[in-house]
Amino acid sequence: MTVTTTAPDPVRPGGPAAATDPGTDHAGEPGRVRRAAEWLRDVVVLTRRNLLHVRREPMQMSDATVQPVLFTALFVYLLGGSMALPGGGSYTDFAIGGLVTMNLTTAALGTSVGLSSDLETGVIDRFRTLPMARSAILAGRTLADLLASALCATIVVLTGLAVGWRPDNGVAGVVAGLAVAVLFAYAFSWFCAILGLTSRDPESAQGLGMVIVFPLAFVSSCFVPTQGLPTVLRVIAEWNPTSAVAASCRELFGNPNPAALTDTFAARHPLFLALAWSVAIVAVCAPIASRLQRRRITE
Amino acid sequence: MPDPMIEAHGLHKRYGDHVAVRDVSLVVPAGHIVGVLGPNGAGKSTTVRMLTTMTRPDAGRGHVGGYDIVAEPARVRRVIGVTGQDASLDVLLTGTQNLVMIGELSRLSRRRARARAAELLERFDLADAGDRLVKTYSGGMRRRLDLAASLVTRPPVLFLDEPTTGLDPTSRQQMWDVIRELVADGTTVLLTTQYLEEADALADSISVIDRGEVIAEGTARELKARIGGEQLTVTLTAAHQGAVFALAPLATGPVQVADGGRRLTAPVEARNGLATAAIRALDAAGVDVDDVEIHRPTLDDVFFALTGRPAGARGTGGPAAPPASSGSPGSSAPELLEVRP
Repeated sequence: MTVTTTAPDPVRPGGPAAATDPGTDHAGEPGRVRRAAEWLRDVVVLTRRNLLHVRREPMQMSDATVQPVLFTALFVYLLGGSMALPGGGSYTDFAIGGLVTMNLTTAALGTSVGLSSDLETGVIDRFRTLPMARSAILAGRTLADLLASALCATIVVLTGLAVGWRPDNGVAGVVAGLAVAVLFAYAFSWFCAILGLTSRDPESAQGLGMVIVFPLAFVSSCFVPTQGLPTVLRVIAEWNPTSAVAASCRELFGNPNPAALTDTFAARHPLFLALAWSVAIVAVCAPIASRLQRRRITE
Repeated sequence: MPDPMIEAHGLHKRYGDHVAVRDVSLVVPAGHIVGVLGPNGAGKSTTVRMLTTMTRPDAGRGHVGGYDIVAEPARVRRVIGVTGQDASLDVLLTGTQNLVMIGELSRLSRRRARARAAELLERFDLADAGDRLVKTYSGGMRRRLDLAASLVTRPPVLFLDEPTTGLDPTSRQQMWDVIRELVADGTTVLLTTQYLEEADALADSISVIDRGEVIAEGTARELKARIGGEQLTVTLTAAHQGAVFALAPLATGPVQVADGGRRLTAPVEARNGLATAAIRALDAAGVDVDDVEIHRPTLDDVFFALTGRPAGARGTGGPAAPPASSGSPGSSAPELLEVRP
């Protein structure tokens, strides 16, 4: 009964088309290139499916579109008038780097909610019985969230331009800054995948995510310069990955970055820190998420 | 007999302290439909999950389409279609999008996946609903789409896990017709069901499963033969010690007692005046009778004869109860009383 690479096709002679379908391959192990191509296609199919979800779930859609507009306008008009930056400069110019970071971080929660909903409904059961690559489930999820992040970042930038934000380093600077932020959001979505895989249901995934994301986004230099904070909070804020990402955006956009005036390692190397955080989060969280997923779907 | 398309030997699965499946063996020959019949929680779904590579067995071996379910799950997945108990569909996609996605994930080209989706929607009477989100579908429509989804690649082996549970009679009939068509086309089917008449109507042979074990196997005819011809069922006003002894002379087999002594069942030979004779005998013993019924045995009777419990009833013994042996019918059921005439 053991099957070798030249296994006889189990399908009855003259049987259904699955055997003769050029899209399926029963005989022989597919080569490495073929397998990679199939994996990529699975990821693309699932990414497309997840993006359709974003479009149809009002909550997720608003996370990527309405929320960025709302937060940008709120912070710029509410805090902008009363905030004096150490070293001078306009609050609006300062705020956009932080708003990009904060919006992308909160939008990454979509990964936990989406994964958790998939596990709750039967659709994952269907995937489990298909000849697809199971690792494509997580890859498709985080890739869809990456694209949603890019949309979200674009909307923050457009809103920023509308309310008077002026990046001094031109288009290249803006693109570079957004790239750092989107990379971080991608890394963070792997952390969110762990939340989604360990939560009982989408609601608790959302709830737990909020508890983690809000301090992460707010105890940082995203909205206020760290200079004015009490010591404990200041140290946390200085090393917070979102501070590093926000400061990198400001540097790359050519906007005021008051953190540069403080003399700490974190303040002097925001770009290094932002990239290091992103790589470290993926390195730690991706294997854990994959293991959790395998455990949850093979029991 | 053709080669078996589904073969299971001694499958075993436990979740913590709970043994979901204990030593289950099954054989489904190519082109046949085998029914796995049992009440809720008997281990039917867990058996299907192991054979469809969703869950790894703790012990035992299984082959589907000739491929080992543990060593070659990827190959198994290429020859099976699965329709689960809960429709496993993406409710935020349309019917068409669901089928196209499944086709593409099953390695069909996008063009072929689209063509196949259109074909299946047509066949399952869903063509008009193809562009609607699945969350707007009725229960019957979801089940049909779910079955369509499992047929995208025209798999030679089909697992149907309680495909009609919760469906109205019309939808159930439609589902049966489709299943019969598939088998007529040569598909091999493993069907689980709680409905005795469903297994009777569709299956070539039936495995009765209870508390994770196969307790009987055979065709519907063989299973019915195990409890004889006609079946006499008497419902008493109250349990009475003399009832079994009063009925025993009329019976051709053991009299079985259930429902706290209020329900008695016995195989009998049909003859004129049988019901009158039964009532007279019971009356003479001082037993009050609420109802007397004589009928051809159904699979319900088979289940009752095998387990001492009506189908669907939870075991009374709890986890400490001795495992039901698969020997003579009902030999180990705790509340069963046998009296030979």
